[in-house]
Amino acid sequence: MSTNTAVSPVVTIKQKTRRDHTLLKSVLFLLPAWILLLIFFVGPILLTFYFAFTNLTLTGTEAKSTEFIGFQNFVTMFQDPDFRISVVKTIVFLLFSAVIGQQVLGFILAVLMKEKNKTFRRIIGIIVLAGWVTPEIVVAFCWVAFLSDNGTLNMVLQHIGMKPVTWMYTFPMVSVVIANIWHGTAFSMLVFQAALDDVPKSVEEAAVMDGANKFQVLFRIVLPMVKGSIVTNMILVTLQTLGVFTLIFAMTGGGPGTSTQTLPIFMYNQAFVNYQLGYGTAISLILLVIGIGASLIYMRSMKAEI
Amino acid sequence: MNRYKTEKVVPYVILTILGIMFILPLLWVLFASFDPNAQQSLKMPSSFTLTNFTSIFTDPANLRSFGIGLFISVGQAVLVVMVAIMAAYPLSRYALKFKKPFMYTILFMTALPITAVMVPVYQLFIYLNMQDSLIGTILFLTASGLPYAIWMMKNFMDSVPLELEESAWIDGASVWAGLRRVVAPLMIPGICTVAIFTFSGSWGNFFVPYILIQTPDKFPASVTIFQFFGTFGMIEYGKLAAFSMVYTMPSVILYIFSQKFMSTGFSLGGASKG
Repeated sequence: MSTNTAVSPVVTIKQKTRRDHTLLKSVLFLLPAWILLLIFFVGPILLTFYFAFTNLTLTGTEAKSTEFIGFQNFVTMFQDPDFRISVVKTIVFLLFSAVIGQQVLGFILAVLMKEKNKTFRRIIGIIVLAGWVTPEIVVAFCWVAFLSDNGTLNMVLQHIGMKPVTWMYTFPMVSVVIANIWHGTAFSMLVFQAALDDVPKSVEEAAVMDGANKFQVLFRIVLPMVKGSIVTNMILVTLQTLGVFTLIFAMTGGGPGTSTQTLPIFMYNQAFVNYQLGYGTAISLILLVIGIGASLIYMRSMKAEI
Repeated sequence: MNRYKTEKVVPYVILTILGIMFILPLLWVLFASFDPNAQQSLKMPSSFTLTNFTSIFTDPANLRSFGIGLFISVGQAVLVVMVAIMAAYPLSRYALKFKKPFMYTILFMTALPITAVMVPVYQLFIYLNMQDSLIGTILFLTASGLPYAIWMMKNFMDSVPLELEESAWIDGASVWAGLRRVVAPLMIPGICTVAIFTFSGSWGNFFVPYILIQTPDKFPASVTIFQFFGTFGMIEYGKLAAFSMVYTMPSVILYIFSQKFMSTGFSLGGASKG
């Protein structure tokens, strides 16, 4: 986006201003951003790496004398059956709500909406976007009501002659996955719409001329052409979903039992319900490392942008 | 001929079904908020009332939570925009040795999930004696919003031609004055995009104030709505729905408003060529 336009100003500026002043000015301009990022962004990340190896607690004797305990938190963690459950729950949540749900649904919406009646396209677009614009806490509330025992979904089911289901108790994971798909799909839809618009019409037309049917055009021509967007979108959606706390917390609180306890909820429970901040931070560190890994892949996919 | 027709109709049918599935959960909130005796399931209100809304707006505690929400979100948006413009200036205008690594770091930061650092942030706030502080919360939120804002601002600034600024310098303006009077006004669409994005993110954020603020009197609307939900459970559906509607409105209005500026925001750039 930027490289071409940035080249010429840089050259002119070099000629016009004195170099030492440029550096000083740059530092002054960047200083507020650096200070804020250092204290509130880099600081907490470094603290994560430190606290994860301490026995920090919120109450009790350890609260006063925090000690370095090496890998003890991680030993506890890997022996903790709840941790293993959380990892599985996180993977299930990520896979079904982000990778499959939002991506596939977003892609289907984008493909189907292409070249449709403009008003129709707009109405569907607005409806899908409404779920995205709605704040997470309201999304949770909408879906708790929608899926409740006497809620809209059960009313519809009874109308068509089916038995009502206690969704939030019988299928808690399905419930939060669907709510998250509802909330997040618009993002993928917008990304794929933009990507599909970039596919030249002539390429598709040429394929049709050669006798390809609609599905062949989609899978053999269009899909490979938007592969880059799919990869980037996949990483972004995965990162967003990895951090989902509010939706699950407000809908099920991680329950019933541990059935929807993903890593962020598990981290919260250990740190702020059981007051084990050190242990909670060790779980944070796992999340952070996964996040750092995914971010690095994301950066590689965006490399052309700088 | 027949096959051609089905091919045309099927997408419309699928899209209509998907549309209905997407709108149903929202319709309930809309109807319930105007219904004097709202139930859990979707139904047309038997009579139309505004009492749910008036009871939300006449409760001083609710008004205060909306005020605090505004204070946090506006505060964060203003700070983010100012700090990001300043940071973007040298990154856009000067040849700096550290530019590339810095931009990479910024891009890296935009993708990190904030959820992962909230436990240490809580501890940091205790060290800095800032727990329960609205200003502290704003500063943390500002920092978390900065990477994305700096990234966007730099790109917007790159498209402002240097010639205009140069003529201001010839007229005796300083670099700072040039930025304020020439560059910033030309970036209004970009500034609005960043401001709206930041505001909406902050307005909808529940987790950060929930962790950093302890006094109920200082809760922003996002946390109050959760309290409401917890205390009255699913008893006063109508009021809860009305509260949700009022709380969601700013995000909706700003989103519509931002559409003017965001036409290019969703193409993932060079990545699509991969």
